[in-house]
Amino acid sequence: MSLEALQTDAEGYLANRDDWSEELAQELASQMGIQLGDEHWKVLKTARTIEGESGSSPGLRKISKRSETPIKSIYKLFPDGPAKLIAKIAGIPKPKSCL
Amino acid sequence: MTDTGTEKKRSLSVICSKGSFDMAYPGLILANAARMAGVDARLFFTFWGLDIVNKKKIDHLHLNLVGNPSAPIPAMIAGLPGVEALATAQMRKEMERLDIPPIREFIEMLDDAGADLYGCQMALDMFKLTKDDLVPQVKDVLTAMDFMDMSEGAQIIFV
Repeated sequence: MSLEALQTDAEGYLANRDDWSEELAQELASQMGIQLGDEHWKVLKTARTIEGESGSSPGLRKISKRSETPIKSIYKLFPDGPAKLIAKIAGIPKPKSCL
Repeated sequence: MTDTGTEKKRSLSVICSKGSFDMAYPGLILANAARMAGVDARLFFTFWGLDIVNKKKIDHLHLNLVGNPSAPIPAMIAGLPGVEALATAQMRKEMERLDIPPIREFIEMLDDAGADLYGCQMALDMFKLTKDDLVPQVKDVLTAMDFMDMSEGAQIIFV
């Protein structure tokens, strides 16, 4: 699916999680100036897994604990608003958590 | 609005002036939310708010029940010895259940998230403390004027 045809909400989060693919994530990330490596994927897939299980888009604390990626590293991997960037690239809604 | 950062960078300044357990969290949570959303954040700990970053007090902050109309128990009982400690312990337990980190861990998390923490010079003088009495995440000790200069263009929240 091309980026233009994607359905997103008003803030740019993917409307339908099934529209997501790894290729799409690559494309979204590079649009945000992020080159996805193994560490990025671990974080993104963890976020998607938690959202899939709980139905609630996780905050950084949950993602950090579950993926065993320190908060500090997450901020290095996704500078400038990691909670938003992760949710957007992982194709899940805006996080519902404050932590 | 996009997150890719062509607009002027948003920034948040939080002034933490209270040292009770319940009033420590709002400022920390707001600063953390700012960082998660890509907003620069700095915190200024002043007066009783210094307790939040005081090495000796950070793990022992107490709920404020007396004189708090929202307290779940009558003021007369809240004032009895040990009641505030008990209520604080209960609240800590509830927060742990919700996975809200204790204050010390929260301060570390903010530091890891790139928020800048500052102590208030005048408050330190007043309480006869030095920077060494504060947790290492506190970057510097500033005057209120320094903090204002730093907060140019920022949104300011007073807690």
